[in-house]
Amino acid sequence: MSYYFTIIGTKDNPLFESTFGTSKPGTGDGTARFRDEAAQMNQFIVHAALDLVEEVQWTTKDLYLKKVDTFQNNHIHAYITGGNVKFMLLMNADPSLTAYSNYASPPPSRASMAKQGGLLAANPTSPQTEEAVRGFMGEIYEAWVKCIMNPFYDVNSEVTSPVFRGRVSAAAKRYL
Amino acid sequence: MASNKAARIGEDVWKSRTEKINTEIVTLTYGTIVSSLCRDLLLPNTTSTTDYAAVNAELDRMGYNIGLRLIEDFLAKSNTGACQNLRETAEVISKTGFKIFLNITPVVSGWSSDGKSFGLVFEENPLADFVELPDDGRAQEELWYSNILCGVLRGALEMVQMQVDVRFVSDVLRGNDTTEMRVTLLKYIEDEMPPDDE
Repeated sequence: MSYYFTIIGTKDNPLFESTFGTSKPGTGDGTARFRDEAAQMNQFIVHAALDLVEEVQWTTKDLYLKKVDTFQNNHIHAYITGGNVKFMLLMNADPSLTAYSNYASPPPSRASMAKQGGLLAANPTSPQTEEAVRGFMGEIYEAWVKCIMNPFYDVNSEVTSPVFRGRVSAAAKRYL
Repeated sequence: MASNKAARIGEDVWKSRTEKINTEIVTLTYGTIVSSLCRDLLLPNTTSTTDYAAVNAELDRMGYNIGLRLIEDFLAKSNTGACQNLRETAEVISKTGFKIFLNITPVVSGWSSDGKSFGLVFEENPLADFVELPDDGRAQEELWYSNILCGVLRGALEMVQMQVDVRFVSDVLRGNDTTEMRVTLLKYIEDEMPPDDE
């Protein structure tokens, strides 16, 4: 199961992105298994979900917005910070099944590994998934605050700090 | 015994006679100063390559001006008399001086064989919280982030008749294990008559 995580600034500009797979023992080894087209499509899908984020953000006082969108079998969870910076996590249970073509239906399914129990994307609205993603987002938020306190970081510019990238990977291993 | 007395004075003054300010205000303000200097002081004929040597020199100069004035405040608050020798000076700087103004106590270590130079090892540096040096390849080698502290010591000691050379030799922001500042006594300044004889 694969994830694409991105941080989007106040002008809808991407500040950070990272792709990884689940590290839960038995189901994954931490690497993402997206198809080749996924590189562009992931970003496209996430940015399309931004409209929904902007609608939902006014309905709740919570910073964590839970699942905001689905596209074929990609599910997108969002977290918004006080400074209107959005953390978006796209999760896909079995990327090989996802067809990005114009036809909305997925290709004929084969026996898919996604049916194993314990995979978060298999049931994206379950409380466990939401809790896991909420924990992940919380940790990213703390790392993010430390990153923007750096006087050499210009707000709304790209995040190049290797320390921050390391923290994102560590949080991913812990929660996802 | 001299260091215990210095430590005690430092604690007392810190607790009772200083006004406190939020650490993060100091950290963020100092960070803005350094990053503004890095944006403004550029190598000649370039538009965006920072001249880190000039930034270091400017921080030192700013610190020097602070130190000239700070020494009066320090002597008034702490009421210590004159120090007898360099060792006592070092203890007072680390246990009383830094304690009163930054609430940290760097450790005095690394005395040279002729007793004219010592090191101050900082376990924590409130000026450099949350800071990561820019990764343009040169900042890591050339920028001393907390260089203002060197200037402050230099200015303050010059007002008490000691000419010193103060510089950083290692910094955790650069990837070293410790942050250490080296203080070397060059000479005691004798009062001189102004060149004009009248």
